[in-house]
Amino acid sequence: MLQSARRTTKILAVSKLGCVRGDRRLFSGLDFAVSPGTFVQLTGPNGSGKTSLLRILCGLLPPAEGQVTWNDANIRALAEEYVAVVTYLGHRHGIKDELSAVENLRITNALNGVEVSKERAHEVLGKMGLAGRESLPARLLSEGQRRRVALARLLVCDTKLWLLDEVLTSLDKTAVGLVRSLIENHLNSGGIAIVATHQELELTTGRTRRLELTT
Amino acid sequence: MLRWLVWRDLTLAWRRRADMLSTVFFFVIVVSLFPLGIGPETQLLRTIAPGVVWVAALLASMLSLGRLFANDYQDGTLEQLLLTPQPLFLVVLGKTLAHWIVAEVPLVLIAPLVGVQFDLRRETLWILFASLLLGTPILSLIGSVGAALTLGLRGGGVLISILVLPLYIPALIFGAGAVEASIMGTSPSPHLSLLGAFAIVSLLFSPWATAAALRISLE
Repeated sequence: MLQSARRTTKILAVSKLGCVRGDRRLFSGLDFAVSPGTFVQLTGPNGSGKTSLLRILCGLLPPAEGQVTWNDANIRALAEEYVAVVTYLGHRHGIKDELSAVENLRITNALNGVEVSKERAHEVLGKMGLAGRESLPARLLSEGQRRRVALARLLVCDTKLWLLDEVLTSLDKTAVGLVRSLIENHLNSGGIAIVATHQELELTTGRTRRLELTT
Repeated sequence: MLRWLVWRDLTLAWRRRADMLSTVFFFVIVVSLFPLGIGPETQLLRTIAPGVVWVAALLASMLSLGRLFANDYQDGTLEQLLLTPQPLFLVVLGKTLAHWIVAEVPLVLIAPLVGVQFDLRRETLWILFASLLLGTPILSLIGSVGAALTLGLRGGGVLISILVLPLYIPALIFGAGAVEASIMGTSPSPHLSLLGAFAIVSLLFSPWATAAALRISLE
Protein backbone atom coordinates (compact mmCIF):
# COMPACT_ATOMS: atom_id res chain seq x y z
CA MET A 1 0.00 0.00 0.00
CA LEU A 2 2.81 2.40 0.78
CA GLN A 3 5.40 2.41 -1.92
CA SER A 4 8.40 4.61 -2.50
CA ALA A 5 11.20 4.66 -5.06
CA ARG A 6 14.16 4.53 -2.67
CA ARG A 7 14.17 1.02 -1.31
CA THR A 8 17.42 1.34 0.59
CA THR A 9 16.05 3.74 3.18
CA LYS A 10 13.22 1.47 4.22
CA ILE A 11 13.95 0.12 7.63
CA LEU A 12 10.58 -1.26 8.67
CA ALA A 13 8.96 -3.53 6.13
CA VAL A 14 5.88 -5.69 6.26
CA SER A 15 5.26 -8.39 3.69
CA LYS A 16 2.16 -10.49 3.08
CA LEU A 17 1.09 -9.93 6.65
CA GLY A 18 -2.07 -11.66 7.77
CA CYS A 19 -3.83 -11.63 11.11
CA VAL A 20 -6.42 -14.02 12.47
CA ARG A 21 -8.15 -13.43 15.81
CA GLY A 22 -10.34 -16.28 16.99
CA ASP A 23 -11.86 -17.58 13.76
CA ARG A 24 -12.05 -14.17 12.09
CA ARG A 25 -9.53 -13.01 9.53
CA LEU A 26 -8.84 -9.34 10.22
CA PHE A 27 -6.55 -8.64 7.29
CA SER A 28 -4.30 -10.53 4.93
CA GLY A 29 -1.68 -9.83 2.28
CA LEU A 30 -0.70 -6.54 3.90
CA ASP A 31 2.45 -5.08 2.31
CA PHE A 32 4.13 -1.81 3.17
CA ALA A 33 7.51 -0.33 3.98
CA VAL A 34 8.37 2.72 6.02
CA SER A 35 11.46 4.91 5.87
CA PRO A 36 12.84 7.14 8.66
CA GLY A 37 11.02 10.42 9.16
CA THR A 38 7.64 8.98 8.28
CA PHE A 39 4.39 9.30 10.13
CA VAL A 40 1.91 6.55 9.42
CA GLN A 41 -1.66 7.26 10.38
CA LEU A 42 -3.49 4.01 10.83
CA THR A 43 -7.23 4.37 10.38
CA GLY A 44 -10.18 2.06 9.99
CA PRO A 45 -13.46 1.23 11.68
CA ASN A 46 -13.61 -0.45 15.09
CA GLY A 47 -12.57 -4.06 14.90
CA SER A 48 -10.65 -3.68 11.65
CA GLY A 49 -7.42 -4.82 13.29
CA LYS A 50 -5.56 -1.61 14.11
CA THR A 51 -4.57 -2.74 17.57
CA SER A 52 -3.70 -6.23 16.30
CA LEU A 53 -1.47 -4.74 13.60
CA LEU A 54 0.35 -2.60 16.17
CA ARG A 55 0.75 -5.60 18.47
CA ILE A 56 2.19 -7.59 15.59
CA LEU A 57 4.55 -4.72 14.76
CA CYS A 58 5.86 -4.54 18.33
CA GLY A 59 6.25 -8.30 18.53
CA LEU A 60 3.62 -9.09 21.18
CA LEU A 61 1.47 -10.99 18.70
CA PRO A 62 2.95 -13.46 16.22
CA PRO A 63 1.49 -12.89 12.74
CA ALA A 64 -0.69 -15.66 11.30
CA GLU A 65 1.20 -15.33 8.02
CA GLY A 66 3.87 -13.11 6.47
CA GLN A 67 6.59 -11.28 8.33
CA VAL A 68 7.78 -7.98 9.69
CA THR A 69 11.39 -7.01 9.05
CA TRP A 70 13.58 -4.33 10.59
CA ASN A 71 16.68 -3.55 8.53
CA ASP A 72 15.95 -6.72 6.51
CA ALA A 73 15.98 -8.98 9.57
CA ASN A 74 12.84 -10.65 10.85
CA ILE A 75 11.79 -9.01 14.12
CA ARG A 76 11.07 -12.38 15.72
CA ALA A 77 14.71 -13.33 15.17
CA LEU A 78 15.98 -9.97 16.46
CA ALA A 79 13.90 -10.33 19.66
CA GLU A 80 15.38 -8.08 22.39
CA GLU A 81 17.52 -6.18 19.89
CA TYR A 82 14.35 -5.05 18.13
CA VAL A 83 12.41 -4.37 21.32
CA ALA A 84 15.18 -1.94 22.31
CA VAL A 85 14.36 0.37 19.37
CA VAL A 86 10.59 0.30 19.85
CA THR A 87 8.26 2.19 22.17
CA TYR A 88 4.72 0.85 22.24
CA LEU A 89 1.92 2.62 24.05
CA GLY A 90 -1.27 0.59 24.17
CA HIS A 91 -4.75 1.80 24.94
CA ARG A 92 -4.25 0.46 28.43
CA HIS A 93 -1.64 2.98 29.49
CA GLY A 94 0.57 0.81 31.65
CA ILE A 95 0.36 3.21 34.57
CA LYS A 96 0.40 1.82 38.10
CA ASP A 97 -2.37 3.35 40.24
CA GLU A 98 -0.41 3.05 43.47
CA LEU A 99 2.69 4.80 42.15
CA SER A 100 3.07 8.54 41.64
CA ALA A 101 3.60 10.07 38.20
CA VAL A 102 7.32 10.47 38.88
CA GLU A 103 7.70 6.87 40.06
CA ASN A 104 5.74 5.56 37.09
CA LEU A 105 7.91 7.47 34.65
CA ARG A 106 11.21 6.58 36.29
CA ILE A 107 10.42 2.90 36.71
CA THR A 108 9.07 2.36 33.19
CA ASN A 109 12.15 3.99 31.75
CA ALA A 110 14.59 2.21 34.04
CA LEU A 111 13.08 -1.11 32.97
CA ASN A 112 13.74 -0.07 29.40
CA GLY A 113 17.34 0.76 30.20
CA VAL A 114 16.99 4.55 30.46
CA GLU A 115 17.70 5.91 33.93
CA VAL A 116 15.85 9.16 34.57
CA SER A 117 16.82 11.34 37.51
CA LYS A 118 14.11 12.76 39.80
CA GLU A 119 14.81 16.30 38.57
CA ARG A 120 14.53 15.25 34.93
CA ALA A 121 11.29 13.38 35.66
CA HIS A 122 9.80 16.51 37.28
CA GLU A 123 10.91 18.61 34.33
CA VAL A 124 9.43 16.21 31.78
CA LEU A 125 6.12 15.89 33.62
CA GLY A 126 6.01 19.69 33.86
CA LYS A 127 6.29 19.84 30.09
CA MET A 128 3.38 17.44 29.82
CA GLY A 129 1.30 19.86 31.90
CA LEU A 130 1.38 17.85 35.10
CA ALA A 131 3.30 20.35 37.24
CA GLY A 132 2.24 20.14 40.88
CA ARG A 133 0.74 16.67 40.47
CA GLU A 134 3.97 14.72 40.06
CA SER A 135 3.84 13.14 43.49
CA LEU A 136 0.16 12.20 43.63
CA PRO A 137 -0.68 8.52 43.30
CA ALA A 138 -1.82 7.95 39.72
CA ARG A 139 -5.25 6.74 40.85
CA LEU A 140 -6.06 10.33 41.90
CA LEU A 141 -5.33 11.63 38.41
CA SER A 142 -7.98 11.97 35.74
CA GLU A 143 -8.01 9.68 32.71
CA GLY A 144 -6.46 12.37 30.51
CA GLN A 145 -3.75 13.10 33.07
CA ARG A 146 -2.86 9.42 33.30
CA ARG A 147 -2.60 9.34 29.55
CA ARG A 148 -0.21 12.31 29.80
CA VAL A 149 1.95 10.43 32.29
CA ALA A 150 2.16 7.54 29.83
CA LEU A 151 3.01 9.93 27.00
CA ALA A 152 5.73 11.61 29.06
CA ARG A 153 7.77 8.52 28.32
CA LEU A 154 8.08 9.64 24.71
CA LEU A 155 10.05 12.69 25.86
CA VAL A 156 12.80 10.67 27.49
CA CYS A 157 13.05 7.50 25.42
CA ASP A 158 15.47 7.44 22.50
CA THR A 159 13.80 4.71 20.47
CA LYS A 160 13.47 4.86 16.73
CA LEU A 161 10.03 3.39 16.20
CA TRP A 162 6.96 4.61 18.05
CA LEU A 163 3.79 2.53 17.96
CA LEU A 164 0.94 4.45 19.51
CA ASP A 165 -2.50 2.94 19.91
CA GLU A 166 -5.40 5.40 20.33
CA VAL A 167 -3.21 7.76 22.32
CA LEU A 168 -5.42 10.76 21.67
CA THR A 169 -8.41 9.32 23.51
CA SER A 170 -9.45 11.49 26.48
CA LEU A 171 -6.82 14.12 25.74
CA ASP A 172 -7.77 17.80 25.59
CA LYS A 173 -6.77 20.18 22.79
CA THR A 174 -3.54 21.33 24.43
CA ALA A 175 -2.45 17.76 25.00
CA VAL A 176 -3.21 16.79 21.41
CA GLY A 177 -1.02 19.74 20.38
CA LEU A 178 1.72 18.43 22.67
CA VAL A 179 1.52 14.98 21.14
CA ARG A 180 1.67 16.50 17.66
CA SER A 181 4.85 18.43 18.46
CA LEU A 182 6.35 15.33 20.13
CA ILE A 183 5.77 13.32 16.96
CA GLU A 184 7.12 16.15 14.77
CA ASN A 185 10.36 16.28 16.78
CA HIS A 186 10.62 12.52 16.57
CA LEU A 187 10.24 12.58 12.77
CA ASN A 188 12.79 15.39 12.45
CA SER A 189 15.36 13.27 14.23
CA GLY A 190 14.77 10.42 11.81
CA GLY A 191 12.24 8.43 13.78
CA ILE A 192 9.15 6.59 12.64
CA ALA A 193 5.74 6.93 14.25
CA ILE A 194 2.84 4.62 13.54
CA VAL A 195 -0.29 5.92 15.20
CA ALA A 196 -3.72 4.32 15.27
CA THR A 197 -6.26 7.07 15.68
CA HIS A 198 -9.71 8.24 14.64
CA GLN A 199 -8.71 11.88 15.03
CA GLU A 200 -6.81 13.73 12.32
CA LEU A 201 -3.26 14.73 13.25
CA GLU A 202 -2.10 17.37 10.78
CA LEU A 203 1.69 17.39 10.97
CA THR A 204 3.77 20.21 9.53
CA THR A 205 6.97 18.20 9.00
CA GLY A 206 7.91 14.75 7.78
CA ARG A 207 6.06 12.53 5.36
CA THR A 208 2.56 11.53 6.32
CA ARG A 209 1.18 8.25 5.08
CA ARG A 210 -2.29 6.97 5.59
CA LEU A 211 -2.96 3.30 5.97
CA GLU A 212 -6.59 2.34 6.05
CA LEU A 213 -7.73 -1.05 7.24
CA THR A 214 -11.14 -2.21 6.13
CA THR A 215 -13.40 -4.82 7.63
CA MET B 1 17.06 -3.44 35.76
CA LEU B 2 16.21 -6.42 37.97
CA ARG B 3 16.80 -4.14 40.96
CA TRP B 4 14.18 -1.67 39.65
CA LEU B 5 11.64 -4.40 39.02
CA VAL B 6 12.01 -5.91 42.49
CA TRP B 7 11.93 -2.44 44.05
CA ARG B 8 8.78 -1.63 42.06
CA ASP B 9 6.99 -4.77 43.20
CA LEU B 10 8.03 -4.28 46.81
CA THR B 11 6.81 -0.66 46.73
CA LEU B 12 3.50 -1.77 45.24
CA ALA B 13 3.13 -4.48 47.87
CA TRP B 14 3.89 -1.97 50.63
CA ARG B 15 1.22 0.40 49.32
CA ARG B 16 -1.23 -2.50 49.33
CA ARG B 17 -0.17 -3.93 52.67
CA ALA B 18 -3.65 -5.29 53.36
CA ASP B 19 -3.14 -7.96 50.69
CA MET B 20 0.15 -9.02 52.21
CA LEU B 21 -1.22 -9.08 55.77
CA SER B 22 -4.26 -11.13 54.78
CA THR B 23 -1.96 -13.95 53.59
CA VAL B 24 -0.07 -13.94 56.88
CA PHE B 25 -3.25 -13.84 58.96
CA PHE B 26 -4.73 -16.67 56.94
CA PHE B 27 -1.66 -18.79 57.66
CA VAL B 28 -1.64 -17.98 61.38
CA ILE B 29 -5.36 -18.65 61.76
CA VAL B 30 -5.40 -21.94 59.84
CA VAL B 31 -2.43 -23.26 61.82
CA SER B 32 -3.98 -22.11 65.14
CA LEU B 33 -7.34 -23.76 64.47
CA PHE B 34 -5.86 -27.26 64.84
CA PRO B 35 -4.61 -27.02 68.44
CA LEU B 36 -7.86 -25.29 69.37
CA GLY B 37 -9.94 -28.00 67.72
CA ILE B 38 -7.98 -30.97 68.99
CA GLY B 39 -7.34 -29.83 72.53
CA PRO B 40 -4.26 -30.26 74.70
CA GLU B 41 -3.20 -33.70 73.47
CA THR B 42 0.48 -32.92 73.05
CA GLN B 43 1.44 -36.25 71.49
CA LEU B 44 -1.15 -35.97 68.73
CA LEU B 45 -0.37 -32.28 68.14
CA ARG B 46 3.32 -33.04 67.75
CA THR B 47 2.54 -35.75 65.19
CA ILE B 48 0.34 -33.56 62.99
CA ALA B 49 2.39 -30.36 63.35
CA PRO B 50 4.68 -30.75 60.29
CA GLY B 51 1.83 -31.56 57.92
CA VAL B 52 -0.47 -28.85 59.25
CA VAL B 53 2.08 -26.06 59.08
CA TRP B 54 3.21 -27.05 55.59
CA VAL B 55 -0.29 -27.48 54.18
CA ALA B 56 -1.25 -24.09 55.65
CA ALA B 57 1.80 -22.56 53.94
CA LEU B 58 0.77 -24.08 50.59
CA LEU B 59 -2.79 -22.78 50.90
CA ALA B 60 -1.62 -19.33 52.02
CA SER B 61 0.64 -19.02 49.00
CA MET B 62 -2.34 -19.94 46.77
CA LEU B 63 -4.04 -16.78 48.05
CA SER B 64 -1.29 -14.50 46.80
CA LEU B 65 -0.43 -16.26 43.53
CA GLY B 66 -3.51 -14.94 41.75
CA ARG B 67 -2.16 -11.43 42.14
CA LEU B 68 1.32 -12.22 40.86
CA PHE B 69 0.62 -11.18 37.27
CA ALA B 70 -3.09 -10.28 37.30
CA ASN B 71 -2.70 -6.66 38.46
CA ASP B 72 0.03 -5.94 35.94
CA TYR B 73 -2.05 -7.61 33.25
CA GLN B 74 -5.08 -5.45 33.94
CA ASP B 75 -3.37 -2.07 33.78
CA GLY B 76 -1.19 -2.91 30.79
CA THR B 77 2.14 -2.84 32.63
CA LEU B 78 2.69 -6.53 31.90
CA GLU B 79 2.65 -5.77 28.17
CA GLN B 80 5.27 -3.12 28.81
CA LEU B 81 7.35 -5.60 30.83
CA LEU B 82 7.28 -8.02 27.91
CA LEU B 83 8.54 -5.22 25.70
CA THR B 84 11.60 -4.39 27.79
CA PRO B 85 14.93 -5.17 26.16
CA GLN B 86 15.97 -8.04 28.40
CA PRO B 87 15.26 -11.75 28.36
CA LEU B 88 11.76 -12.40 29.65
CA PHE B 89 12.92 -15.07 32.08
CA LEU B 90 14.86 -12.37 33.97
CA VAL B 91 11.71 -10.27 34.28
CA VAL B 92 9.87 -13.36 35.53
CA LEU B 93 12.66 -14.13 37.98
CA GLY B 94 12.50 -10.57 39.33
CA LYS B 95 8.76 -10.74 39.84
CA THR B 96 8.99 -14.18 41.43
CA LEU B 97 11.70 -12.99 43.80
CA ALA B 98 9.52 -10.04 44.83
CA HIS B 99 6.58 -12.40 45.33
CA TRP B 100 8.68 -14.64 47.54
CA ILE B 101 9.82 -11.69 49.68
CA VAL B 102 6.32 -10.28 50.01
CA ALA B 103 4.19 -13.39 50.35
CA GLU B 104 6.44 -16.19 51.61
CA VAL B 105 9.15 -14.67 53.80
CA PRO B 106 6.61 -13.43 56.40
CA LEU B 107 5.27 -17.01 56.65
CA VAL B 108 8.78 -18.40 57.11
CA LEU B 109 9.49 -15.88 59.86
CA ILE B 110 6.25 -16.43 61.74
CA ALA B 111 6.18 -20.24 61.40
CA PRO B 112 8.45 -20.98 64.42
CA LEU B 113 6.15 -18.79 66.51
CA VAL B 114 2.95 -20.59 65.51
CA GLY B 115 4.82 -23.90 65.79
CA VAL B 116 5.06 -23.34 69.56
CA GLN B 117 1.35 -24.17 69.81
CA PHE B 118 2.16 -27.73 68.77
CA ASP B 119 4.57 -28.29 71.65
CA LEU B 120 7.60 -28.61 69.36
CA ARG B 121 11.11 -28.49 70.80
CA ARG B 122 13.46 -25.66 69.95
CA GLU B 123 15.59 -27.72 67.49
CA THR B 124 12.44 -28.83 65.70
CA LEU B 125 11.26 -25.23 65.39
CA TRP B 126 14.58 -24.40 63.77
CA ILE B 127 14.18 -27.27 61.32
CA LEU B 128 10.64 -26.05 60.55
CA PHE B 129 12.10 -22.63 59.82
CA ALA B 130 14.87 -24.08 57.63
CA SER B 131 12.53 -26.37 55.69
CA LEU B 132 10.18 -23.47 54.93
CA LEU B 133 13.09 -21.23 53.99
CA LEU B 134 14.24 -23.82 51.46
CA GLY B 135 10.79 -24.85 50.36
CA THR B 136 8.89 -21.58 49.91
CA PRO B 137 10.97 -20.45 46.89
CA ILE B 138 9.63 -23.63 45.21
CA LEU B 139 6.09 -22.45 45.94
CA SER B 140 6.75 -19.05 44.32
CA LEU B 141 8.60 -20.52 41.34
CA ILE B 142 6.16 -23.28 40.43
CA GLY B 143 3.24 -21.08 41.37
CA SER B 144 4.35 -18.45 38.87
CA VAL B 145 3.89 -20.96 36.04
CA GLY B 146 0.30 -21.56 37.14
CA ALA B 147 -0.31 -17.83 37.58
CA ALA B 148 0.95 -17.13 34.05
CA LEU B 149 -1.10 -19.95 32.51
CA THR B 150 -4.36 -18.86 34.15
CA LEU B 151 -3.85 -15.17 33.40
CA GLY B 152 -7.01 -13.47 32.18
CA LEU B 153 -9.17 -16.56 32.62
CA ARG B 154 -12.44 -16.46 34.48
CA GLY B 155 -12.31 -18.53 37.66
CA GLY B 156 -8.52 -18.44 37.46
CA GLY B 157 -8.23 -18.64 41.24
CA VAL B 158 -9.67 -22.17 41.46
CA LEU B 159 -7.94 -23.32 38.30
CA ILE B 160 -4.56 -22.20 39.62
CA SER B 161 -5.04 -24.36 42.75
CA ILE B 162 -5.92 -27.40 40.65
CA LEU B 163 -2.90 -26.84 38.43
CA VAL B 164 -0.31 -25.96 41.01
CA LEU B 165 -1.16 -27.83 44.22
CA PRO B 166 -0.31 -31.29 42.77
CA LEU B 167 3.07 -29.92 41.72
CA TYR B 168 3.71 -28.81 45.29
CA ILE B 169 3.49 -32.39 46.58
CA PRO B 170 7.25 -33.15 46.52
CA ALA B 171 7.94 -29.94 48.46
CA LEU B 172 5.25 -30.88 50.96
CA ILE B 173 6.58 -34.41 51.43
CA PHE B 174 10.22 -33.44 51.94
CA GLY B 175 9.45 -30.26 53.88
CA ALA B 176 7.10 -31.95 56.32
CA GLY B 177 9.40 -35.00 56.30
CA ALA B 178 12.33 -32.94 57.58
CA VAL B 179 10.32 -31.63 60.52
CA GLU B 180 8.95 -35.09 61.26
CA ALA B 181 12.45 -36.56 61.25
CA SER B 182 13.50 -33.92 63.75
CA ILE B 183 10.55 -34.79 66.01
CA MET B 184 11.47 -38.48 65.83
CA GLY B 185 15.05 -37.62 66.73
CA THR B 186 16.57 -38.70 63.41
CA SER B 187 18.57 -36.50 61.07
CA PRO B 188 16.47 -34.18 58.91
CA SER B 189 19.33 -33.47 56.51
CA PRO B 190 18.40 -36.02 53.77
CA HIS B 191 14.96 -34.39 53.49
CA LEU B 192 16.45 -30.92 53.48
CA SER B 193 18.95 -31.91 50.77
CA LEU B 194 16.17 -33.25 48.57
CA LEU B 195 14.13 -30.11 49.22
CA GLY B 196 17.14 -28.00 48.19
CA ALA B 197 17.60 -30.07 45.05
CA PHE B 198 13.95 -29.61 44.16
CA ALA B 199 14.33 -25.86 44.72
CA ILE B 200 17.29 -25.73 42.33
CA VAL B 201 15.43 -27.71 39.66
CA SER B 202 12.42 -25.42 39.88
CA LEU B 203 14.71 -22.38 39.75
CA LEU B 204 16.23 -23.73 36.53
CA PHE B 205 13.01 -24.61 34.74
CA SER B 206 10.06 -22.61 35.97
CA PRO B 207 11.18 -19.10 34.83
CA TRP B 208 11.33 -20.38 31.25
CA ALA B 209 7.98 -22.09 31.51
CA THR B 210 6.46 -18.96 33.04
CA ALA B 211 7.96 -16.76 30.31
CA ALA B 212 6.51 -19.02 27.61
CA ALA B 213 3.11 -19.07 29.34
CA LEU B 214 3.11 -15.26 29.61
CA ARG B 215 3.79 -14.88 25.90
CA ILE B 216 0.84 -17.13 25.12
CA SER B 217 -1.44 -15.35 27.60
CA LEU B 218 -0.64 -11.95 26.12
CA GLU B 219 -1.08 -12.80 22.46
